[in-house]
Amino acid sequence: MPKGRVSIVVERCKACGFCVEFCPTHVLALSSAFNSKGYHPPHVVHPEKCSGCDLCGMYCPDFAIFATKVDPAKGGDK
Amino acid sequence: MPDSLINDPVNPAVNPVEPFLRSDRMPSIWCPGCGIGTTVNSFARALIDSKIDLQSLALVSGIGCTGRVAGYVKLDSFHTTHGRAIPFATGLKLANPKLNVIVYSGDGDLSAIGGNHLIHAARRNIDLKVICVNNLIYAMTGGQTAPTTPEHSTTSTNPYGVFEPAFNLPHLVEAAGAVYVARWTTFHVRQLTRSIGEAFQKKGFSFIEVISPCPTLYQRRNKMGDGLDAMKFYKEKSKVRNGAPTSEVGLTMTGEIVVGKFVDRERPDYQTLMRAQYAESLGERFVEQAEMVCS
Repeated sequence: MPKGRVSIVVERCKACGFCVEFCPTHVLALSSAFNSKGYHPPHVVHPEKCSGCDLCGMYCPDFAIFATKVDPAKGGDK
Repeated sequence: MPDSLINDPVNPAVNPVEPFLRSDRMPSIWCPGCGIGTTVNSFARALIDSKIDLQSLALVSGIGCTGRVAGYVKLDSFHTTHGRAIPFATGLKLANPKLNVIVYSGDGDLSAIGGNHLIHAARRNIDLKVICVNNLIYAMTGGQTAPTTPEHSTTSTNPYGVFEPAFNLPHLVEAAGAVYVARWTTFHVRQLTRSIGEAFQKKGFSFIEVISPCPTLYQRRNKMGDGLDAMKFYKEKSKVRNGAPTSEVGLTMTGEIVVGKFVDRERPDYQTLMRAQYAESLGERFVEQAEMVCS
């Protein structure tokens, strides 16, 4: 059961790769798909590893990604 | 397109910094790999953490890449003329002393054309919070040498290498009289958030320098890779030394980047001194100005 969940606003992403590089548990990777500006946004490759620390959200220069903690008792967001 | 790329319809969460942004202006004009957005992110999180009243905030910025911040934050903000962010902010603060005035601008705007205003605002200790995003170059105008460009780097106006000595901004503002001086890089997001929060608590001239990548001009001309390479460079080369003497924290092109909180001291600010002087000279005739009400 993952402790967190990543949300990505694909159209804002400029593929700088900060979130992919600095994710402590290596949840993300740049995808091969394009957004409408022609960048490769990140996608979640290991959703089970996400701790919901929101470091990706703190590093993102374009406010395109953030993580939320998941409450295991409710199975939803805290 | 993989499913994970599409916005999750069952997840109602929104980005915590979204209420502080003018979302209709996104995506920003900043280049991919630019660090200015990261500093805005840290600034917004500092606003969340400090629970400051947004109605009491005003953000003033000058011209340049960082000057665009005023257009992306959902606060009372003002995009002023080149180099004059601090004079406009001083006027705001003097007219309405209860306002928390933040100056958010770049190194070229604050230390080159606005250098005079920077040192005199620090000398007079006007209660401003200055966030200076230092990308080591004039970025918006095409990569000319700035007062902060380190020696031996290459710019469009110094194609054989910069030979001028650079400004050491923390040393400059400490010598001029700032009460709070810190430096972080865009790699140190949590420390930067905490530092901005501390600056909100200080009364007087607070100065936070943030070293930020400029992949399009500085990094490209100096063959230092892209924004991500710059972040890895900051991670490798930066050294936290809180309370370090600011005379020793000058930046070089490839050397160590000393980061941390360098100065945290108390000095009476401009308005305190002004009131004290008037009360002493005028005695009973001195009347505190009436509170301004904006309706």
